Amino acid sequence: MATDITHMPDSHAQPASALEPDYLHVSHGFASWAFTLDHKRIGIMYLVGVMAAFAMGGVFALLLRTELLTPGPGIMTADFYNQMFTLHGAIMTFLFIIPSVPGALGNFVVPIMLGTKDVAFPHMNLASFYLWVGGAIFFVLALVTGGLDTGWTFYTPYSTTTSTSVIAATFGAFILGFSSIFTGLNFIVTVHTMRAPGMGWFRIPLFVWAIYATAIIQVLATPVLGITLLMLIAERALGLGIFDPKMGGDPVLFQHFFWFYSHPAVYIMILPAMGIVSELISTYSRRHIFGYRFIAFSSVGLALLGFLVWGHHMFVSSQSSVSSVIFSALTFSVAIPSAVKVFNWLATMYRGSISLATPMCYALSFLFLFTIGGLTGLFLGTLVVDVPLHDTYFVVAHFHYVMMGGTLIAFLGGIFHWWPKMTGKMYNEFWGQVSSVVVFLGFNLTFFPQFILGTRGMPRRYYNYVPEFQNLHVMSTIGAYVLGIGLVIALGVLIHSLLRGKKAPDNPWGAATLEWQTTSPPPLYNFSYDPVGRDPYALHEMEYDASIDGYRRNPDLANLAPSH
Amino acid sequence: MISTLLTLLAQDSKLVPKWTNWSLFPESNSTFGPAVDGAFNFILWVCIFFFILVVALMVYFMVIYRRKSPNQLPKNAPTHNTMLEIFWTVIPSLLLVIMFARGFAGYVDMRTPPADSYEINVIAKKWSWTFQYPNGTTTDALHVPVGKNIRLNMRSEDVIHSLYIPTMRVKMDVVPGKYTYEWFNALRPGQQHLFCTEYCGKDHSNMITKCVVHPTEHDPNGDEEANLDMTFDEWLVYASDIRHNKNFQTNGEFDPVKAGASLYKTKGCMACHSLTDQRIANGGPPWGNLSRDIDSGAMIQLQDGSDVKVDENYIRESILAPNAKRRAGYGNMPSYQGQISDQEIDAIIAYIKSLSK
Repeated sequence: MATDITHMPDSHAQPASALEPDYLHVSHGFASWAFTLDHKRIGIMYLVGVMAAFAMGGVFALLLRTELLTPGPGIMTADFYNQMFTLHGAIMTFLFIIPSVPGALGNFVVPIMLGTKDVAFPHMNLASFYLWVGGAIFFVLALVTGGLDTGWTFYTPYSTTTSTSVIAATFGAFILGFSSIFTGLNFIVTVHTMRAPGMGWFRIPLFVWAIYATAIIQVLATPVLGITLLMLIAERALGLGIFDPKMGGDPVLFQHFFWFYSHPAVYIMILPAMGIVSELISTYSRRHIFGYRFIAFSSVGLALLGFLVWGHHMFVSSQSSVSSVIFSALTFSVAIPSAVKVFNWLATMYRGSISLATPMCYALSFLFLFTIGGLTGLFLGTLVVDVPLHDTYFVVAHFHYVMMGGTLIAFLGGIFHWWPKMTGKMYNEFWGQVSSVVVFLGFNLTFFPQFILGTRGMPRRYYNYVPEFQNLHVMSTIGAYVLGIGLVIALGVLIHSLLRGKKAPDNPWGAATLEWQTTSPPPLYNFSYDPVGRDPYALHEMEYDASIDGYRRNPDLANLAPSH
Repeated sequence: MISTLLTLLAQDSKLVPKWTNWSLFPESNSTFGPAVDGAFNFILWVCIFFFILVVALMVYFMVIYRRKSPNQLPKNAPTHNTMLEIFWTVIPSLLLVIMFARGFAGYVDMRTPPADSYEINVIAKKWSWTFQYPNGTTTDALHVPVGKNIRLNMRSEDVIHSLYIPTMRVKMDVVPGKYTYEWFNALRPGQQHLFCTEYCGKDHSNMITKCVVHPTEHDPNGDEEANLDMTFDEWLVYASDIRHNKNFQTNGEFDPVKAGASLYKTKGCMACHSLTDQRIANGGPPWGNLSRDIDSGAMIQLQDGSDVKVDENYIRESILAPNAKRRAGYGNMPSYQGQISDQEIDAIIAYIKSLSK
């Protein structure tokens, strides 16, 4: 396609009020959703699903924190506590974080960002969602048929000897793995083959780069998890001695297999969040993203380097000391791309025009929390410091800062950012901002004390603890309640928007990516014109129009583009 | 050359200013303290610097570039700057090399127990620790001498556990099917926590005990409750006396029958002697029978045709020199001379006598 994009008629970029019904109103009834092939509806179903899973995992977390108010028995028994922390971890990891951004936001946004009608394989996309539902059913099944008390890591030989429903839960995780692979495969093919005319690789928005890098990991690493879980099931059900030393197996082998998937999976969880933040910081600073190529390459770099560092979860596992040294060295290499991204985001804000709208509040919150999460990883990568910190609350705090302070906060920012596009409704800006502040404060109060607890020696997965740790535990629990309140406010804002929200303009934020150059919500096939790829960060071309309380692209401003 | 550089960086702590001796860790009580806490504090200061840098810039930009009207355009600024980007990639990389090197140097030391280490065996199982000293004594808390290299040889009887002593800065998983080890050298006498840090089921969080470091000189002011008045050698003699074994106590008092019942199994008596009147095939005299013989003061016939009265002295002699007065119709029994203490013999006699009660 040799379309000269600078001469595209303006009417193409700004469709007049579309006569075409939007994707929400194009068809009605249960079946129109249950059997939909529309990536947007599948994204919405994913959103509802992962939010329900998050709510369940969150309630478990509050129960755990309540139990930890006092040493010794509180509101539950030790067995119940062990099941709660296992399910909290397993649900948050497998049912929430891994599918959250790619499944919900990625499904909705990626095809529109690329200027295409749908993903490459719409049937596979729907299948991915139903596999997620199937996996979720097995998790619930495990819950009601004897629970699960292995920790989300399923370490052998505990997991092969405990009496709880390990097979149901691992089979659930096995199915969820295929859901993840289907999503990833779809995105890889979509990005390669379905980009709009004019959209070269370096006109792809950074969110799509991040989802693309994530998809590579999903396709390459998830099969290893599947194999590992099948071997675990085989050992439990058939008595094959793969991991159990009583039958000649090696329990540490399981840890190698498990982390060979689960460390790359950390990047399945955080890369999409970084992609969201690249979009948010740029849009709400009204500045072209700084160092586009560095950020894009750092996503792919993280995806590849993430495969080489799994052994840093095993410094005290009895793997050889030489392995530990090599894994420590490799681990530090992963720190660099993350640091580069943080500096690039800051440089994007420099001399910007910064709006503190709700999504930006979440993005800035991410920047603060992810910086702490990332920096504290340095302690754990340093061999001699990891030895005392391993398996303590320091690790718990570290990965919550990355997974929750990072991924969840970015996910919320992304929901608030794309909400007008998804629903066609605006939300209450003030209460949105309040939710971000309450979540931020509650989060820090919950997890910062846990760094101190861990350094003082408090082991993780402890139902009971020595009394000297109580004050910090109480602080953490109060923080968890505040955090819970913040999340409920956020949910309230969104529900209020659905019921009472005023109609959203096509482009309320002045973003330059393609999903904002169509109606809110978009029509079934996303565009009522043939979109073309432009610089996704040409934010200076967007002009505010008070009559619609939104932005339009003004091609005359294109000449003011800052030199690249 | 690179390794020389790494070692230099790792060892030259002058490169790292000693800002403070303050530490977030519990006060160190091992020779690993300086390496661990020093590396921790170095990373901490690097993190604080970068954290303040990032957050200060973020807040400053938020305030001064705040959008005041919806159409406010950004000020002109470059969208990339290769030199700057290379700069902020390379500088952190150098700091990371120092971190790695310090972590590496300390870790090598941690994983290399000196050859002269005093060895203690550790057996972990759901949900307790057993520490076994070279003389065979076992305890449920770890006792060590101050200022000596201690090596723990560890194994698990069921699932994976992990032995963690925060003040010693050491931790290592205890894995079924293999031996693992950790070592340390304690600086001061005292008592500290010892935790299991690998999730192992229901009572994982109760798999807690103490690590007791004994002074080199007898210390009358030491905490008697924790045996901290004793040197390690004094304690070991004390702990080897079965009367101090908590498993052999009833309501806090030594219970010889309980001790005897345990010794019956651990000393191997049960292989040949039943507790009833029924003789084990090719075994020795059944103890149920023996117990009533003691009560009635019965005489029994020996191999050489003479008779002997069954009493405490006869049983004691039969344990230490079994073949001196072998009972008619029975085979050889190995001698326990040197393998059993007087208190243990007392306990076994008490146990045998209790069987007829």
